[in-house]
Amino acid sequence: MTASVDTTAAISVNDLTLAYREKPVLWDIDLAVPRGSLMAVVGPNGAGKSTLIKAILGLLKPASGTIRVYGKPYQEQRRLVAYVPQRGTVDWDFPTDALDVVLMGSYGRLGWVRRPTKSDRDAAMECLGKVGMASFADRQISQLSGGQQQRVFLARALLQNADIYLMDEPFVGVDATTEHAILTLMRELQSQGKTLVVVHHDLETVSEYFDSVAILNVQLIAAGPMNTTFTADNLRQAYGPRVASKIAFLKP
Amino acid sequence: MDSALTIILICSLVAVSGALLGPFLLLRRMSLMTDAISHSILFGIVIGFLLFNTLDSLPMILAASAIGILTVVLTEMLFKTGLVREDAAIGMVFPALFSIGVIIISRFLSNVHIDIDTALVGEVIWAPFDTIPFLGGEVARGLVITGAIALVNLAFVGVFYKELKLVTFDSALASSLGFWSGGLTFALMTLVSVTAVGAFDAVGAVLLVGFMIVPAAAAYLLTERLSVMIGLSLVIGVLGCVIGYYAALAIDTSISGMMVTVLGVIFALVLIFAPQRGLLAGMLRRRRQQWEFAARLLVIHVLNHEGQPNEGDELALATVNQHLNWSPAYAEQIVQRARQRGWLDVASGRLLALTPDGRQIARETLA
Repeated sequence: MTASVDTTAAISVNDLTLAYREKPVLWDIDLAVPRGSLMAVVGPNGAGKSTLIKAILGLLKPASGTIRVYGKPYQEQRRLVAYVPQRGTVDWDFPTDALDVVLMGSYGRLGWVRRPTKSDRDAAMECLGKVGMASFADRQISQLSGGQQQRVFLARALLQNADIYLMDEPFVGVDATTEHAILTLMRELQSQGKTLVVVHHDLETVSEYFDSVAILNVQLIAAGPMNTTFTADNLRQAYGPRVASKIAFLKP
Repeated sequence: MDSALTIILICSLVAVSGALLGPFLLLRRMSLMTDAISHSILFGIVIGFLLFNTLDSLPMILAASAIGILTVVLTEMLFKTGLVREDAAIGMVFPALFSIGVIIISRFLSNVHIDIDTALVGEVIWAPFDTIPFLGGEVARGLVITGAIALVNLAFVGVFYKELKLVTFDSALASSLGFWSGGLTFALMTLVSVTAVGAFDAVGAVLLVGFMIVPAAAAYLLTERLSVMIGLSLVIGVLGCVIGYYAALAIDTSISGMMVTVLGVIFALVLIFAPQRGLLAGMLRRRRQQWEFAARLLVIHVLNHEGQPNEGDELALATVNQHLNWSPAYAEQIVQRARQRGWLDVASGRLLALTPDGRQIARETLA
C-alpha cells in the first residue's frame, strides 16, 4: 500500500481486480505511474490492457481495489485526464466534421448545457493544427483516412489540456506520417511535464518510443523503467514460451 | 378549427416529435427498440386505463410510458444473460407485452373506445370532433396532447443537444468527462415512450416508427451535419403528413397509413437521388472512376508502344480495341474521353499520339 501515499505518482492502482461476470480480466494489479513518464502498456490479446485504461477512467467498476489520480479518486480529477479511445470504438459515419469532433474535447470543461464558444472553436482549430490536420477541419469524418481519424482523436485530447493522457492503441492501422506525428506529440507532451500511458501492440518499437513499460497478462508481470523491465524473461512470462520470434530483437 | 387542418397538425406534431428524437435513435442503432416500445405501449395504455379510467390524463400517460421503459429494461436484462442475442431479445419482449395488451382489450375492455384495429394503425379522422376547452376556446384534445409532447421533445433536444451528440458519438468519452450517459439514454427512451403514448390515437403502435425513423433515415443521406439532419427530418416528416393527408383523402384510405407510405416514397427517392450518397450518385461516380482509369490505361498503352515497330497495329484507331480487349464502342468512348481531356491526338495514318499532357499523365500514373 505504499503506492497510495506516493505523492509523485500520477496514477496509482492498488489491488485492482476487475471481472466481466465471474471471469477476472485483471487480477490484483498494483501499478504506480510516476509523474512525467511516457509509459507503454503491453501484453497479449485479452491481457486486460484496454480494461485497465477504462478502469482508470471509471468506465468499469472494479471488483476490488482502488485507483487514484494524484492521490484522489478519478471522479474528482476528471479535468486532469484526457482519453484517446481506440479508433474503432466510434461510428465514423456519424454526421459531423473533424473540427466538431475535436470540439468535444471542450465539453468536459463546459459541463452540462453550456455550448462551445468562438474561443473554444479557435482553440480546437489550433489543436487540429498541432496534429497537422488544420486543412481538414470541415471534412466529414468518414472521408478521413485511418491515420487522420486518429489524429483528430489526438487533437480532441489536446483540447482537454490535461495533465495525464491515456491512449488506447493510437498506432494501430495508421500511416507513417501519422505515426511520426503521434510520436512527436507524445514527446512534446512529456517535455511539458505531462504523463502518458499508452496501450501499445508493437513490441519492436516499445523501447524506442517509450521510457517505461508495464507488462500485463491479466496479472501485472512487471512495470518500471524500460531498460530493467523490458526483458526477454518478463516478456516470455507475459506472452508464453512461443514469443521467441517476437522478441528476437532483444538481447537475452 | 378546420378539421383537415386539425388532422394535419396533429400528425405533423407527431412527426415533429419523431424527427427530433429519430436522428439520435437511428445513429445509436436503436430503430428497432423504438418499434418495440411503440408496440409495448399498448399494454401500457391498457394498464393506464385500468388504473385511472381515462385515456389521456398526465398520470395515465406517464404510467403507460413506464411500460416503454420496462421494454428497454427487460430487453437489456434478457440480453445480459448472455443466452439471447440483442435483436432476439427485442423480439421476445415486445410481442409478449403487446399480446398481453391485446388479450386484455379483447377480453375485458371491449366496450371502451380502444379496439385492436385502432391500436395497430390509429385513427385520426375523428380527432377534430373530440375537443376540450383550452385557453378560452375549444381545441381538439389530440392537438393539445401532441403539441405538448412536441414542445417537451423540442426543449429536451434543444437544451441537451451537445450532450446528446456526445453520448451518441462516443459514450465512453461522455462518461469519462463526467456526463451521465445512462441518464441521457433513460431520458431519451422515456420521451420515445411518452411520444408513443401521445401519438397512439393518431398513428397506432405499428406506424409510429415510420414517423420516427424514416424521416431521419432520409435526412441522414442528405447531410453531413447532425443539426441539419434534425432540421431535414422535421421538414420531411411534416411534408409526408401534408402530402399523405391529401393522398389518403383522394383514394379514401387510412390517413396514417398513407402518411407513412408517402414518407417511404420520399425515403426511396432520397435513396436513389441523394446528391452525394444516393445510389445514382454512387453509380455515376463509379462509372467516372472506371472511365478515368480506362483513359489512363489507354495513354499508358500509347506511351509503351509509340515508336515501336508494331505501332501501326497497336495504336491504330481501328485496331487498338483488340489489343486492350475492349469492345469497339467502348474503345471509341474512351478515346473520345482521353481526347476531350487533351491527353491524346489522332495523328497521321489514324494513329493515336500522346499530347505533352497525356505523356505526363501516363508517366505520373506509372510512377
